[in-house]
Amino acid sequence: MLSKQQAKMLFLIGTFVTFAVFIGLTIYSLSLVDEEQPALSEAAARGKHIWEKNNCMGCHTILGEGAYYAPELTNVIERRGEAFVKAVLMSDQPWAPNGRKMVAYGMSEQDANDVVEFFKWTNQLNLNGFEYVDRKVSPLAIKKVK
Amino acid sequence: MKYKSQKIAYWFFAFSMLVFAIQLTYGFIMGFARVGMDGLHEWIPFNTAHTVHLNSLVVWLLSGFMGAAYYIIPEETENELCCVKLAYVQLITLAVVAVAALVGYHINYWEGRKFLEIPRPLDWLVAINVILFLFILLMTIIKGKRKTTTSLVLFGGLVGAALLYLPGMISFNSQILDSFFRWWVVHLWVEGVWELIMGGILSFLLIKLTGVDREVIEKWLYVIIALTFLSGILGTGHHYYYIGVNKIWLIIGGIFSSLEPLAFLGMTLWALAMYSKGEKKHPNKLAIYWTLNAAIVSFLGAGLLGLAHTLPQTNIYTHGTLVTAMHGHLAFWGAYASIVLAIMYYAMPNITGRKFYNHTRGKLAFWLANIGIFTMVAAFAAAGVAQVYLERKLSFDFGQVQNELQVHFWVLITGATILSTGIILLLIDFIKYGMPTDEALVEA
Repeated sequence: MLSKQQAKMLFLIGTFVTFAVFIGLTIYSLSLVDEEQPALSEAAARGKHIWEKNNCMGCHTILGEGAYYAPELTNVIERRGEAFVKAVLMSDQPWAPNGRKMVAYGMSEQDANDVVEFFKWTNQLNLNGFEYVDRKVSPLAIKKVK
Repeated sequence: MKYKSQKIAYWFFAFSMLVFAIQLTYGFIMGFARVGMDGLHEWIPFNTAHTVHLNSLVVWLLSGFMGAAYYIIPEETENELCCVKLAYVQLITLAVVAVAALVGYHINYWEGRKFLEIPRPLDWLVAINVILFLFILLMTIIKGKRKTTTSLVLFGGLVGAALLYLPGMISFNSQILDSFFRWWVVHLWVEGVWELIMGGILSFLLIKLTGVDREVIEKWLYVIIALTFLSGILGTGHHYYYIGVNKIWLIIGGIFSSLEPLAFLGMTLWALAMYSKGEKKHPNKLAIYWTLNAAIVSFLGAGLLGLAHTLPQTNIYTHGTLVTAMHGHLAFWGAYASIVLAIMYYAMPNITGRKFYNHTRGKLAFWLANIGIFTMVAAFAAAGVAQVYLERKLSFDFGQVQNELQVHFWVLITGATILSTGIILLLIDFIKYGMPTDEALVEA
């Protein structure tokens, strides 16, 4: 039967080894991001910070992460078009698609353009199959689409 | 209680309960918004309610952990808490920062990153506050007469939580990197170091409530936290499947996150075995109820419901849907809310001297809260599965699907009402215990 000292060693060694592997995998996978994903423009980076400043994730989801109250926006540019997205961001009139109210942000054209650039970037991401899900392709049909 | 300084735990628990009430209130705002009753939208839009709901959860649990540590560490180290006045300063600054953050969310003073919405200047204040808290504990441990495994695991968990807060303070231009390191905080907290904190509190409670030998309990504590890290660290990969990083995480995350329930199963078996083995049962039945609840429901919520959608083949359907909310609610309730309520129910009679151990209101609060949360989880499950089917298989539009799910949101509100009734009774209980007093001191 395991002694207390052996249990302690199991904890310490196990933690050290798995954490070391985790750090290794982190370095490996992050070193591939530039290669596997489209480049991020300055406008798209500004758009990401506007997205954050307005806490869009507090209602929507992006890359599948957020509050599940409003639609996933990873591929919104492809689904709704650039003009529609820009109009929504710049409108100062409240609206409620499907009965759910959205804050009227009344963004400047510059800010709206930056957010659109951010969405154009997310639209091009390789998400290991999730990009097809947001394009309304059933996960069962992804292989056929690919 | 055995040491006068343990009284400070009362104020952390009181603050914790106050913020818990705020969390529930904002949960109702969100629940009603989901069925179209969003009259508060102009003042409290959904993103504000959501942010307050999540952040108040984190604040009340952390305040509960701090109260637990201030109660447990003196008793474990057989020593008064070091620098009691400093501990009160820490309490007040914690409350000020938390209130500033929660108020700030109503005027868009935030960073829109789920769970980490606290703006950067307040982040630094949180960091200073936590350093102060850890300093007080460390000095108490150093000056203490003994260093127990329970106190060291609890302290280690708290240090880990503080260190893992730091990756969340880095600013990234890329959503991929932002998301990647956000999970270093959120996942490695709740499926990592917070389990150490939970394990430490559970170990203390089992020692006190069952009378089983400390050496036996603490040996299994090591095994459980070993299982936690062996599975949980690489289990972080289940958040990396679909956020834009390499496919390798599909394999790593799939394998290791499937093993994560083992740590929670271990915790359940450990608690039940110690309870049945114990010959000197403590008269505080309510503390036993909540302790066993934490051990059992954490396995159901964090373990089994997590396992239900953790494999990448399943997660591609459920990622970004209400299925995650189902898992999140029972996981937080079982693992962390219940352990805070367990230590609170154990400590309160000892701090105040009022031996309310087995009263009807307390038992009613326990059962109503549990029935309520299970009803909510069932509603999220039904809504989540229907959402997955309609959106991910039949490709219906998000908004249309949400309208179809309204019946489940009504069940959710019903469950939340039952839960809140239980929590109101629990808050009445808290008030009825009265204030902490030196008269409650017993021979150390």
